[in-house]
Amino acid sequence: MRDVTLTINGAPVRVAVDERTLLVQLIRDDLRLTGTHVGCDTSQCGACNVLVDGEAVKACAVLAVQAEGAEIVTVEGLAAGETLHPMQAAFREHHGLQCGFCTPGMIVAGIDMVRRLGPELDAATVRAELEGNLCRCTGYHNIVKAIQAGALAMAGAVPGSGAVPVAAE
Amino acid sequence: MFAFAYHRPSELADALAALAASEEAKPLAGGQTLIPTLKQRLASPSNLVDLSGVAALKGIALHGDVLVIGAMARHVEVATSPVAIARLPALAALAGLIGDPAVRNRGTLGGSIANNDPSADYPAACLALKATIVTDRRELSAGDFFTGLFETALQPGEIVTAVRFPLGGEGTYEKYPNPASRYAMAGVFVWRRGDEIRVAVTGASQQGVFRWAEAEAALAAEFGPAALDGLKPDADDMIADIHGSGAYRAQLVAVMARRAVARLAVAG
Repeated sequence: MRDVTLTINGAPVRVAVDERTLLVQLIRDDLRLTGTHVGCDTSQCGACNVLVDGEAVKACAVLAVQAEGAEIVTVEGLAAGETLHPMQAAFREHHGLQCGFCTPGMIVAGIDMVRRLGPELDAATVRAELEGNLCRCTGYHNIVKAIQAGALAMAGAVPGSGAVPVAAE
Repeated sequence: MFAFAYHRPSELADALAALAASEEAKPLAGGQTLIPTLKQRLASPSNLVDLSGVAALKGIALHGDVLVIGAMARHVEVATSPVAIARLPALAALAGLIGDPAVRNRGTLGGSIANNDPSADYPAACLALKATIVTDRRELSAGDFFTGLFETALQPGEIVTAVRFPLGGEGTYEKYPNPASRYAMAGVFVWRRGDEIRVAVTGASQQGVFRWAEAEAALAAEFGPAALDGLKPDADDMIADIHGSGAYRAQLVAVMARRAVARLAVAG
């Protein structure tokens, strides 16, 4: 066993874990934050994406002990009280989900895209960037629209203002 | 996973000491292959030595006419490094094709080449670009470093510390990714400087990354996609698995090579 100290959704946490514990197991089983999902457990589906020091990572491919000292943000940590994060709000607005299983990972991937590429994302870019996120029900079209709109909203831009055509094909 | 002890040293000397302390110790770089491998119980190291805290293994810098990339440089860092993009754009572009964004946020150059997966991208770049692999104790040419399927010249306890890519000439990488894993079904890195030509192939061979000598000779005689007409590696030497037969991979290699050459011929 080994103590891990990290910050999760702004709160400091210290927890003793077996060295073999995956970050996603720490998040779900120890901290009971079950918004982060385990889809494939083989690094392919992205349902377990969380932000580690601001960067999207697959929490099923990281050991909890590797997150020592890190700031982790899960889907539960995105909203400000009752106000959804702009990327979450965009997924609701654009119906970027059906069953919702992949959604936490999609939202985290979208936020990571904005961090790296800025708020003006064309549809082709979003589709390419979603390489590591699998959805098995909506068919991606509304997910792409949601991420484009969420990206603009994160930058404070007004969707539909013409800055970027949303879901231009 | 089987149980292991975990270490995260901040000094290279401490990392090497931890690796030397047990024959069953293993270094942990980005973990994007090793952790899934541990999960499947395909490896059982007694100790994992996490290299992420070792500052000496990080960084991307130009030293004269050589781009030196630390072993722990992550794919995202190579893909977006201004100096890599400016001076070795084919390598930056290759790094941006590995896995997916979340994998690129963790995976490292050193981890990739030390694992030498026959379908990994970086080994092709190292071989084509005449990279020197720097370890804690010696320097090796890429040709000497990659010795076979998941095999390298690394000795127990030896780790890659950096890779030196000499600049000059021009190169490009064409990859046909597996639609699910994004590993290369065939990836061909073509590099030329004057009459000197290198064609390195990953993803396809049962022996891992290799230089395709016939293609190099044909391109030395005349540089253009037509020079490769009718040329294919031997299908019997190619990987045959659920993703494709040996003949399919041989065809993919030929097509990727022609595309890479066509792009270079236009550019040059």
